[in-house]
Amino acid sequence: MAQKVDCVIIGAGMSGLAAGIRLSMFNKKIVILEKHTITGGLNSYYSRGKRKFDVGLHALTNFVSPEDRGRPFNKLMKQLRIPYSEFKLSQQNYSLIQFPDKKLKFTNEIEFLIEDINRQFPEEIDGFLGLLKYIRDFNEVNLTNETVMAKSVVRNFIKDESLIEMIFCPLLIYGSAWENDMDFSQFVVMFKSIFLEGFSRPEGGVRTIIDLLLKKLSANGGEVRFKSEVTRIISQNGKISAVEVNGSEIIECDSILSSMGLPETMNVLDEKADNLPRVGNLSFTESILIADKKPRDLGIDATIIFYNNRPEYLYQKPQTLIDRESAVVCFPNNFLYDDYDEGVFRVTNIANFDLWNEELLKSKDNYKEKKNEVFNQSLSILKKCGLNSNFEILFKDIFTPTTIKRYTGHLGGTVYGSIDKSRNGTTPINGLYVCGTDQGFLGIVGSMLSGISMANLHILQEGS
Amino acid sequence: MVSNEEVRTKVLEIIADIALDDDVTTIKDDVALRDQLDLDSMDFLDIVMELKKRHKIEVPQEDYTRLASMKSCVEYLAPKFNA
Repeated sequence: MAQKVDCVIIGAGMSGLAAGIRLSMFNKKIVILEKHTITGGLNSYYSRGKRKFDVGLHALTNFVSPEDRGRPFNKLMKQLRIPYSEFKLSQQNYSLIQFPDKKLKFTNEIEFLIEDINRQFPEEIDGFLGLLKYIRDFNEVNLTNETVMAKSVVRNFIKDESLIEMIFCPLLIYGSAWENDMDFSQFVVMFKSIFLEGFSRPEGGVRTIIDLLLKKLSANGGEVRFKSEVTRIISQNGKISAVEVNGSEIIECDSILSSMGLPETMNVLDEKADNLPRVGNLSFTESILIADKKPRDLGIDATIIFYNNRPEYLYQKPQTLIDRESAVVCFPNNFLYDDYDEGVFRVTNIANFDLWNEELLKSKDNYKEKKNEVFNQSLSILKKCGLNSNFEILFKDIFTPTTIKRYTGHLGGTVYGSIDKSRNGTTPINGLYVCGTDQGFLGIVGSMLSGISMANLHILQEGS
Repeated sequence: MVSNEEVRTKVLEIIADIALDDDVTTIKDDVALRDQLDLDSMDFLDIVMELKKRHKIEVPQEDYTRLASMKSCVEYLAPKFNA
């Protein structure tokens, strides 16, 4: 006889785990199906030798201090019933938006950025303060907000295009599935989470968060099944009834919460819609370097540098393997608390999935050679960010868009998913809901909130 | 017979588990919970679901406002605990 549960959750990433905790907390029978052998999804980790590496997470956004009430991070901890102190958050030193002529510096205190803008763009300071007020008063999580392009709204306040480009740069690359612009609600989510709240890192990195979630899930009686790929979502007359796992086993269920992405979910659905959601254009490479010296010994005390070598910031699919003229460079040693013995440098570039896929199809050697070229590029970007080259490389690793696709199953190797989001989590099929990236809340905090709110809205409230 | 004091204790236990970082020992019974603690509508839903899970007590949506303060909680829930 087929197994029967109340809710099947697809994917053991941040959103799936958070949803699983909520549902199992209230005695719903759930199973989380994960096709990979580890949890975390887009934010995961791995080990090579004695070294541990984070994937995805550069920093946790939405930093709040414990006494700061009603912010997204506090909200989600309360919903998951995990005390604040267990995350052991350590704040960034500062971050830099580095353009050809100007550098803007920001910390977790917005006053710092305001002063820097006042110094470098004195004629724009009133406009920026006006924008700030507008953003603070805006309800970005209202699920019925109209879609408006953010740059057009921001231009009502700020005239200098180069300042606009600088403000958008971190917000786009840390969470936009759209090229060069984003929906204004999404812009406000990102602005608040990065500029008004800010960056931190849990001691021990992303695995600290994942371990907390897993511990809570298992205390509630929830279960994760690994190497369990959902190969079919079974539905009839617009209503789901079961999933098929690994091409054979059937699990019956009342509802499905899928975090595998909107196009990816629709792809395994029995009753296919006429218009499939579009696959996003943006993917990334990342070079990870372990060095014998720490960044501070090599002249850098910034935590994250948003590097851009053009007057405008091109956040779009490049026509080459990677865009060499822009990158995000993360120095995890430069959070307040440094738990690494060695120097760690991470360089992330916007990349073209199709071109990487072609290289891989040509030959493995060819692909390896291209990865090496990316690595050499990242050395030159580190130099342009001001890192002294007087260090030895102890270890290196490079991942590409095809790596992302292999591990996350995301079509096109996307990190921020489809350009078609389902903000209220519904699909044309009854009982099938999406959470995670393609519900539209992004980042680690966003994805956990997505899992929580979709579980509350579609499963807990429905049943109560 | 469940006394009002016992009802209060049971509600307090639930709130303490939800508002992990709040001090629940200083709650004033006639002041709205929302004004004393960091609780939003999502958290009130949790109180309702915990009442159902722990004590098999159902609170229909139209009665959520009856849970506004500790005093009104006890008034509303005591008959249900004793039903």
